Amino acid sequence: MISLPHLASLPVTPGQLTGLLAILTIVLMNISRGRAWYHLPSWEHAFGLVGLSLLVDGQYLGLIDAPREAMMGETGRIMYVHVPSAWLTMVVFLFTCIFAVGFLLTGKRVFDLLVESTTEVGIILSILLQATGMLFAKPTWGVYWDWDPRLVSTTVMMLSFMGVLSLRAALDDAERRATWTSVGAILATTSMGVTYMSVRWWRSIHQMQSSPDTIAKPMVLILRINAFAFLFLSIWLIARRWRIADAQARMDEAPPLPPEVTV
Amino acid sequence: MTVVPANAGLSVRGLARRFGPRWVLQRVSLEVPAGGALMLVGPNGSGKTTLLRCLATALKSHDGVATFDGRDLWTERRELRESIALLSHATALYDDLSARENMVVWARMGGMNVDVDALLARVGLPDTGTRPARAFSAGMRRRLALARALLKSPRLVLFDEPFTALDPVGRDMLGSVLRDIRATGATLVLSTHHPEIAGPYCDTAARLEDGKIVWRGLPADAPVVMGET
Amino acid sequence: MNWILRVPAVVSKELLIEWRERSRVSSLLFYSFALLLMVAFAMPDVRMLGDIAGGALWLGLLLASTRSLDQSFRVELENDSLEGMVLWPVDPLAVFYGKALANAFVLILVAAVITPLLGVLYHPSWHGQPWALAAVIVLGCAGIAGPGTLVASLTAQARGSSALLPVLLFPLVVPVVMASARTTILLFQGDPMGQVDNWLVLLLIFNVVHWSLDGLLFARVVEEAG
Repeated sequence: MISLPHLASLPVTPGQLTGLLAILTIVLMNISRGRAWYHLPSWEHAFGLVGLSLLVDGQYLGLIDAPREAMMGETGRIMYVHVPSAWLTMVVFLFTCIFAVGFLLTGKRVFDLLVESTTEVGIILSILLQATGMLFAKPTWGVYWDWDPRLVSTTVMMLSFMGVLSLRAALDDAERRATWTSVGAILATTSMGVTYMSVRWWRSIHQMQSSPDTIAKPMVLILRINAFAFLFLSIWLIARRWRIADAQARMDEAPPLPPEVTV
Repeated sequence: MTVVPANAGLSVRGLARRFGPRWVLQRVSLEVPAGGALMLVGPNGSGKTTLLRCLATALKSHDGVATFDGRDLWTERRELRESIALLSHATALYDDLSARENMVVWARMGGMNVDVDALLARVGLPDTGTRPARAFSAGMRRRLALARALLKSPRLVLFDEPFTALDPVGRDMLGSVLRDIRATGATLVLSTHHPEIAGPYCDTAARLEDGKIVWRGLPADAPVVMGET
Repeated sequence: MNWILRVPAVVSKELLIEWRERSRVSSLLFYSFALLLMVAFAMPDVRMLGDIAGGALWLGLLLASTRSLDQSFRVELENDSLEGMVLWPVDPLAVFYGKALANAFVLILVAAVITPLLGVLYHPSWHGQPWALAAVIVLGCAGIAGPGTLVASLTAQARGSSALLPVLLFPLVVPVVMASARTTILLFQGDPMGQVDNWLVLLLIFNVVHWSLDGLLFARVVEEAG
């Protein structure tokens, strides 16, 4: 078995290396296209860079540096993907709900576009959450799927948001689409609490929710690094998706109104 | 005694509405004094229906202002809707109910205390019994939709092509209804493809083309364009 | 609060339409009945039917609700009567509560017909109180009809509405289906742990949340009808 060195013993961390390579690529691309070498097309790429570096280091720490998990052994390492994706799924869907309320209150288009982009990123994160959860469940519980409250309620929430996206795709009028998807997003988020409570009554075997107190100290740090990596990358993805939605909305926008002709 | 505001009647300034990437109304301005009647003409797709739907507060305009008796049609729509009647192609009828049931249902939902049978007689709908509106001819549906609109006692009346699908007897009936409405002091805006029929009931006329007003004048002078009537 | 006075008018309109088109309600009944039969055929052993009777009942009601909810807005969109009501003006809250109450009533009617049939077909044992079963049926049907009316108002005007309605509605009513089915099963098989009351409280909370929140959201939905 190949044993890889600890992060602290490396002259440069893999994450720093990845970050430097990415910056180098950007600089080279800028030069080859005749732009200033430090040109960054938009602010969110800074988040992307930091997120990428953090992710590489965080995963290196989780897969190589971290001690074996006492109960679950090597399998426990999937936690460094599973837990951050769980946190971020919640955060992103919470923001979907906030943006949806914001849209209903102000009617500003930017909120609607953010509802769309956070919904899509939230669904990606929750698919990651489900997939890692299933891989985690097989060796620990012996089955890929169990009718556990958190599992069921996150799946139900993911389904609701997928429903919101289908609704969005089935509506042509932009204003209607904006209001109705906001309503759908608010419904999807608010139902989460009751669903969680009811499934817990219905059946439960999932371990108690982990909090920093119940996990060993070095693991907390690694989890935090990965969580920030996910956060930064989510911001990057959401911002990219928002720019696409914005460009699309601008394309569908009516041309400026011609001046009035008086007769 | 009710105080009549100085800017009584309908006032539309620079009204614009888009659907997707297209401006269907491009800054339309109109003045109809209280008790006045305006006839809108123009080809299909010129924006007549959209204009009427904006005035009926069914659609939000994207630019410009429309006021009725000095009150903004959109921001005060909840209060103004009581006094606006819209008769459009979408009849708002329940096809499963009979003529009389439709009337009773709408009267009840509006809290109106009106003699439903008298109204049905007024629009010349013979006793159709329990026959559902689904089985009605186009003309009968128009008559029933008109009777529904008359349940209200509006001060702003918006009729979208009211003469369509009516036989000559129906047109006479509609004419006398229009005269009655005007006698109550209500303001009237109607769109039509038959200026020669609708003209006598209106004071002024305007022609819409491609979302813009291209002509204003007296109903009798409305330009007759080949193929539009 | 004047809109409350208009709610009975909207309810009576809904029920009058249902009465005039009785064939729709009766086909809804046949549909639920057929579902009960098909569930039985799909089971490995008829002796299991007594155990799953509660679940089959709520599965049938849920599927029946998707048809009746969709229908309830089809009627409004045929001639744009929904917009007609808003412009009449009938307060959107009165429209929502009128339609939701009527939808709940239709579902309760279906439940009232198929529950005895369930007793005959599935032979469940019976250990509960009749009032408790009545309470579950009323709360469960209301819990489906409340959010269902809002969701149907969203999907009815979208393309492919009949497939979209369940996609949006089912995740939303997971707690209702879970609580109603569990309670019904407990009423059939006995409730040694005294869980029925807890489930009824959950149903009550769900109904309170949705019947208050959904009306406000519906008002936004129809105001955007333009």
